[in-house]
Amino acid sequence: MTEVAELWSYLSASPLTWLTATLLAYLLADGGARKLGNPPWANPVLFSVLLIAPVLWVSNTDYATYFEGAQFIHFLLGPATVALALPLWDNRDTIRRSLAPIALALFAGSVVAAGSAILLAQAFGLPEDILLSLAPKSTTAPVALGISEAIGGIPTLTAVLVILTGIIGAMTVTPMMNLMRISDWRARGFSVGVAAHGIGTARAFQVNPVAGAYAGIAMALNALLTSLIVPILVRWWV
Amino acid sequence: MLPSLGTLLGCQLIGEVAARSLGLPIPGPVLGLALLLTLIALRPTLADRLRPTTSVVLAHLSLLFVPAGVGVIGNLDVLSRDWAPLLAVLVLSTWLAMMATVGTFLLVRRWTGADPA
Repeated sequence: MTEVAELWSYLSASPLTWLTATLLAYLLADGGARKLGNPPWANPVLFSVLLIAPVLWVSNTDYATYFEGAQFIHFLLGPATVALALPLWDNRDTIRRSLAPIALALFAGSVVAAGSAILLAQAFGLPEDILLSLAPKSTTAPVALGISEAIGGIPTLTAVLVILTGIIGAMTVTPMMNLMRISDWRARGFSVGVAAHGIGTARAFQVNPVAGAYAGIAMALNALLTSLIVPILVRWWV
Repeated sequence: MLPSLGTLLGCQLIGEVAARSLGLPIPGPVLGLALLLTLIALRPTLADRLRPTTSVVLAHLSLLFVPAGVGVIGNLDVLSRDWAPLLAVLVLSTWLAMMATVGTFLLVRRWTGADPA
């Protein structure tokens, strides 16, 4: 019994365990979703978290210990953002032909994403530190954390709100666009990229390659615009 | 694989250095993206060499968000106290942002007559 306990105390503190657990949980969640034909509700991020969180809770492992292993995956968010240059390049002709819609839709979406979060949080009476943590929620995780820190939010809470936003966008974009009878893959992809960053982009790539490329552009451009817009909106309204 | 990874990391590194040293509000990885796009425009064959690696990374973009998502366990106190208004803000704001974006995109496309679908 003590040997088992010793082995477990080694394993639960080892980065290897939590790195492997993260990869396995994702493979299960993603494999399951694929088998079902990627329905909107079977979001791989959501189900991976639902698989890992109870294991951490039962084994009494704190987030810092988990993150020591998982940080190797988290780190790849940066290179993955750089990698979006490829779909941008591959779709350069269609992008060049829709520069005006791209620029104006980006501006509208970015302002509404941050502005409505601030105004709704005020309307619902949420405390100011939570409101400030919510403001950059539609932009990709590493960028949102930086903004949250700069305006006085709670970065770790922002990380979770960013992920939840991504999951909500990814799960609802397909039914919503079908309901509104929007068949233009560029517009569909672009809107989920602005509102739901990389998780929305991952969903768009699942559905259609053109939608994925446009979501990728939207996510990259919105990372840029949100870091300019959020501090201004906060100064006006908070 | 390794040269591709080196290219991606190198672009990100230059982006981070530029963003920090010039005090730009633009995130490092986004500058890295712009740099890589410039490099590919200068040498289009680079795209074919990078594609095997980038397509794997982008096909599993969801995986990269899992560690941050597990962060819920560190914020359960805030989330359990304010879960209803938080969820309402997140859902409504995400829907409003998607509607504003898709509406503007389609309207402007119609006005400018740009590349109809």
